[in-house]
Amino acid sequence: MGYRIVNRLFALMLAVVPLAAQAPRGGRGGPPQSPQAMAPIDLTGYWVSIVDEDWRFRMVMPAPGDYQGVPMTVAARQLADAWDPAKDEAAGEQCKAYGAPALLRQPEHLRFTWQDDRTMRLDADAGTQTRLFHFGDWKAPTGPPTLQGDSIAAWEVRRQPGNPAPDPGAPPQGKGSLKVTTSHLRAGYLRKNGVPYSENATLAEYYDMIKEHNGDLMLVVTIVVTDPQYLREPFIITSHFKKQVTDDGWHPTPCSAKW
Amino acid sequence: MTRNPMSLTAVLFLSMGLPVLAQIDLSGSWQSKNHEDALERGAGPNPGDFTGIPFNESGRAMALTNSQSQLSMPERICAFYSQWHMMVGTFGVKIWNETDPVTGKTIAWVVGAWEDRAQMTIWMDGRPHPSKNAPHSQAGFTTGVWDGDVLTAYTTHMLTGYLRRNGVMTSDQATMTTHFIRHGDMLTLASQLEDPIYLSEPYYITRTFVNTTALMNSGGPPCIPGDEGVPEGTVPHYLPGKNPLVDEMTKLYNIPREAAMGGAETMYPAFREKIKDKFTMPAKCQRNCGGPPPGQN
Repeated sequence: MGYRIVNRLFALMLAVVPLAAQAPRGGRGGPPQSPQAMAPIDLTGYWVSIVDEDWRFRMVMPAPGDYQGVPMTVAARQLADAWDPAKDEAAGEQCKAYGAPALLRQPEHLRFTWQDDRTMRLDADAGTQTRLFHFGDWKAPTGPPTLQGDSIAAWEVRRQPGNPAPDPGAPPQGKGSLKVTTSHLRAGYLRKNGVPYSENATLAEYYDMIKEHNGDLMLVVTIVVTDPQYLREPFIITSHFKKQVTDDGWHPTPCSAKW
Repeated sequence: MTRNPMSLTAVLFLSMGLPVLAQIDLSGSWQSKNHEDALERGAGPNPGDFTGIPFNESGRAMALTNSQSQLSMPERICAFYSQWHMMVGTFGVKIWNETDPVTGKTIAWVVGAWEDRAQMTIWMDGRPHPSKNAPHSQAGFTTGVWDGDVLTAYTTHMLTGYLRRNGVMTSDQATMTTHFIRHGDMLTLASQLEDPIYLSEPYYITRTFVNTTALMNSGGPPCIPGDEGVPEGTVPHYLPGKNPLVDEMTKLYNIPREAAMGGAETMYPAFREKIKDKFTMPAKCQRNCGGPPPGQN
């Protein structure tokens, strides 16, 4: 009889461990917990970008025709070669480099809040942009594509079976990531000098928090842009931000096509 | 007495396997994606490009004395880069674990070497770092711990080396913390370098690699010193105020000297306001401009 119990326990563990993040249940048989309550990491608050990579593409306007590092197609190059910031501004298109695929490359401050317990809100002071990360079975509204697109979010939690949380429904704090997938994007620029992405582009992001040796709390965002029209392969970059204890430096500014 | 093999498997799983499941398998060949800092990781950074480097005055002065011809000194041709080169070099990485032959437990994760960077062995068995007076090496000494699914490696005892391959140096007091973060077929390395001699703040780099079935070598090829024309007994250098390449970034990209010369403030968004009125967008990219290779569509 004993081996049956062990076998069942074994089978149960095999089934439950990988799915732990997908079946948020309240502790001790309670109702399902909200994505906010299940958060394995706390992203809320202010973050400042550390710009020590791709500096000349991010901190100043890159030169026309400088496409170093982007796996762009010939069609993308033709479009980028015709880039004209004055024309963009005249057309009211000065925010094309502030869309979701490029927003986290801007030198900026970020502010994470919960709009409700199933929707995380990300505000960027660069371009005064807002992204909404929808958890659960959110359905995107119909309508034209938008600069920030439609973002679906999910926690990626790998529970440690050897050290279960005291409450089986509680998240293991600090042990997980946020995955965000974004589609339904209006065409924009990967870089401010007109390197394009199309409306067919999709975006996958992983948000990880790490504590540094010196106590700094860092946010590392791995960014994957896929675009069959303008990219020969997924464009993969990583941006990093440092946690701030206050809103110091938070300074919303409008989009600019020339700076 | 009959035994159910399933129950034995289950008991084995429960008694041995659980702690291991809390870790991530990092082993494999990982291709570098040089989509950011492509020039710096490939052909090499422009001379005089210290943008985003949190220098102190010593670090900047040291960088400005540097001549790339130092690499042609017979003594230095094979003086490998430090472990930091893993974050700023162009190559992929091969990673594997070394196991205890009796217990099967992982005692170290190993990041294979390149021609110009030593192997990084990340000891996982709890051994301490050597005394601060112990000899330093290009490889340094690294220990690691798992924090959830993230492997955090801490490296000390490195020799002096390059922070950026244009003369930005790290001292032998520098330490490096590297986080290995895996998401499916992607491996992101987030690294922080602290250096009390040349930096006023930590320097951060994040890189992403993609898993590949293409087999990568775990080291080599061996470096063979040769005569590259630097006379014996000379150390190529520039005296203070005499570096002729100090304004290279201004000539190429119109980047003001105060930005090109780095410093911690150049890492932060607020610095843009300081140089806004001093910068004019260049008319055209002059060199190393990228774009699709010939024959692509």
